[in-house]
Amino acid sequence: MVDFSHTYDVLVVGGGNAALCAAITARQAGASVLLLEHAPKAFRGGNSRHTRNFRAMHEAPTAVLTESYLEDEYWDDLKRVTGGNTDEQLARMTIRESARVIPWMEACGVRFQPSLTGTLNLSRTNAFFLGGGKALVNAYFQTAERLGIDILYDTEVRELNLQDGFVSSVAVTSHGFPETVRAKAVVAASGGFQANIEWLKQYWGEAAENFLIRGTPYAKGRVLRNLLDQDVMPIGDPTQCHCVAIDARAPKFDGGIVTRLDSVPFSIMVNRDAQRFYDEGEDVWPKRYAIWGRLTAQQPGQIAYSIVDSKCLKLFMPSVFPAIKADTIGGLARQLGLDPAKLEQTVTAYNAAVRPGTFNDKVLDDCRTEGLTPPKSHWAQRIDAPPYYAYPLRPGITFTYLGVKVNERARVMMKDGRPSGNLFASGEIMAGSILGKGYLAGFGMTIGTVFGRIAGAEAANYARN
Amino acid sequence: MRATEATADARRFMEICNACRYCEGYCAVFPAMELRREFSDADLSYLANLCHNCRGCFYACQYAPPHEFGINLPKAFAQIRAESYEEYAWPRPLAGLFKRNGLVVSLVAALAIAVALILTMLWQSPDVVYGRHTGSGAFYAVIPYGVMVTIASITFVYALVALAMGFVNFWRDTARPDHRVGAAALWQALSDIFTLRNLGGGGHGCNDRDETFSQSRRWLHHAMFYGFLACFASTSVATVYHHWLGWVAPYAFLSLPVVLGTLGGLGLMVGTTGLFWMKLTADQEPAARELLGADAALLVLLDLAAFTGLLLLVLRASGAMGVLLALHLGVILALFLVLPYGKFVHGVYRAAALLLYAIERRTSAAAHAG
Repeated sequence: MVDFSHTYDVLVVGGGNAALCAAITARQAGASVLLLEHAPKAFRGGNSRHTRNFRAMHEAPTAVLTESYLEDEYWDDLKRVTGGNTDEQLARMTIRESARVIPWMEACGVRFQPSLTGTLNLSRTNAFFLGGGKALVNAYFQTAERLGIDILYDTEVRELNLQDGFVSSVAVTSHGFPETVRAKAVVAASGGFQANIEWLKQYWGEAAENFLIRGTPYAKGRVLRNLLDQDVMPIGDPTQCHCVAIDARAPKFDGGIVTRLDSVPFSIMVNRDAQRFYDEGEDVWPKRYAIWGRLTAQQPGQIAYSIVDSKCLKLFMPSVFPAIKADTIGGLARQLGLDPAKLEQTVTAYNAAVRPGTFNDKVLDDCRTEGLTPPKSHWAQRIDAPPYYAYPLRPGITFTYLGVKVNERARVMMKDGRPSGNLFASGEIMAGSILGKGYLAGFGMTIGTVFGRIAGAEAANYARN
Repeated sequence: MRATEATADARRFMEICNACRYCEGYCAVFPAMELRREFSDADLSYLANLCHNCRGCFYACQYAPPHEFGINLPKAFAQIRAESYEEYAWPRPLAGLFKRNGLVVSLVAALAIAVALILTMLWQSPDVVYGRHTGSGAFYAVIPYGVMVTIASITFVYALVALAMGFVNFWRDTARPDHRVGAAALWQALSDIFTLRNLGGGGHGCNDRDETFSQSRRWLHHAMFYGFLACFASTSVATVYHHWLGWVAPYAFLSLPVVLGTLGGLGLMVGTTGLFWMKLTADQEPAARELLGADAALLVLLDLAAFTGLLLLVLRASGAMGVLLALHLGVILALFLVLPYGKFVHGVYRAAALLLYAIERRTSAAAHAG
């Protein structure tokens, strides 16, 4: 049983990768640690449960990574996806540390898959967790328990009592009961606010009701809101979120990886009015998948339909939900609840605009439309080989960018430019300091691990002195 | 393989797993899954029999219960395996023995032991049954050699035929005509069988009891499996001694049959006791509780076979030998009678699935290279 009258050295708010790395590091440094996880045990681990890999710099092949991935290439990749919306000092520090941290992760019980040579180019830049992120979370929780870290599930932090940049106490609701927790230092690792539909509505209006949340329903941003209301320096565009188009039949929360759908470049995308609205073949899918969430969010009812014929069905990885199938375009429209005449009209107009070309799904081929608005620039083939298939899509939110600003010691920065006395942050809640825009696969886990370790060490160090 | 509730569940699970693939590093099931986009009932039978029930995928699963997808592969696969044993049983009319299999095995065991004891008592006078017998041919004074060999041969050959027919039925159902057994695939399959590589969790151990990792189940199964083989080798060596060398049992304590039998018996007892204890204490969520009876029945029977054999060895020079011999042979008779109609058949189908997997991997690798 946790004794609420006890003053801990370090309190960690959150139960995902960043929180666990902070808690374990602080405990290894000799601090007494309490970790508060909002979710029940079965859903512990935040969005880390849905992750799969960790982007790591390395100078030579290792057991889990192929070839090499050096600091400058890593930095270039980050600069490109963020459009420069990053902090070079923090970013380079994170990148360098990513080369050193894998042995520590393994010592904490995290297991990696042997590197997959050839097929997946990600195996050069990213180390894959054996069994995925939930296995990683399980390993960290086991290590945390073994080290004697106190863990409370079903415990939500309501507010941090922050005075002059110093947290004096923390109000929580534990298993439904209000409690007060005292600790010498606090690490906020409680994620973003993407599961807080009301908050999303501030920027997206009623459209946010139709968003699907790909990860944990516990990322309500309560701690983030509370800190930003108390003179903590914000970072990241509050209106922005990482948003991809996923299968509309996905669960509202926690659908994870299996709801993704890669059919767009080989299909036509129509909205609720059976009208096309954007160039489906603008560029290769890895460079375009992240814009379709926003495009779909801008359509009436926040829904779109990806329509292919039988010759294109095997070109992409299907989502977990079966395609909707019909022998005619009109029949397909009726199943989708679209106006059959309008959809037939759209398909006919598209088919008429398709120019002859040599189809090649591996490159930007010369199959395109002419005289059509919007055009389809590549992979445009007539939709004429029944049966026809459709997938409905909706915006799926991965994470939000708004966070708290930290310095290189993971100390939370106050609006007056001074670092907080005893408040640290790690993970999604501060990731906007480094990843202000876009996304780089596996980089969220890298930020969480590196800053979790820094925050844990600094918090323990502060508590000791 | 017929369609059941378990195959419907497993098909839905496999479709989700195939879109996720996070578990591909654990065992053979996931790479085999990735070779498919659709899953026939036969495919599911193959994948279920390929599953070693290590539970790594259950604890790693972001979609495990209470998530609404509710994925629980170890449980669904265990149920399908049990159904597949019925499906492939030979001859068909005996497939029903797999229903309430724990009860069936227990009854057969009780009956075989009773018959062995009663017939021995009826056949021989109490002086012989309870008397001390030593020296060459001591056992055969109680149960004649001819009787022993005749019953053993009939049950053993029958079991072999029934198991082989099961293998054929499985292969017909799950393999394609172009799946040809080659030397390399055979070698791979044998290595997988003898090392239980797939009970290694990708090299880091399995979730034997809960979300912590261990290799206990693999080592206990090795103790049981190699113990069983050692006992079988002991009997084979003794047969050679008897027929070709004319050396008649009982043999000295340090003779090859007795050493093999002793080590084998100890291995069997350690393995079966450990596995039974593990079944009782492990997290029940990924387990198919209704199959515990069948699992327990075979474990107890093997344990009894080893225990009565070792007891017979220790007390063979005393007046208890006659009764113990009848008891031990009764247990062995029961074991071979239920061999094709109990949990033991998992070895046959697991081996077949591993062989098919080895072939499939080579076929797909060749297709990619070409």
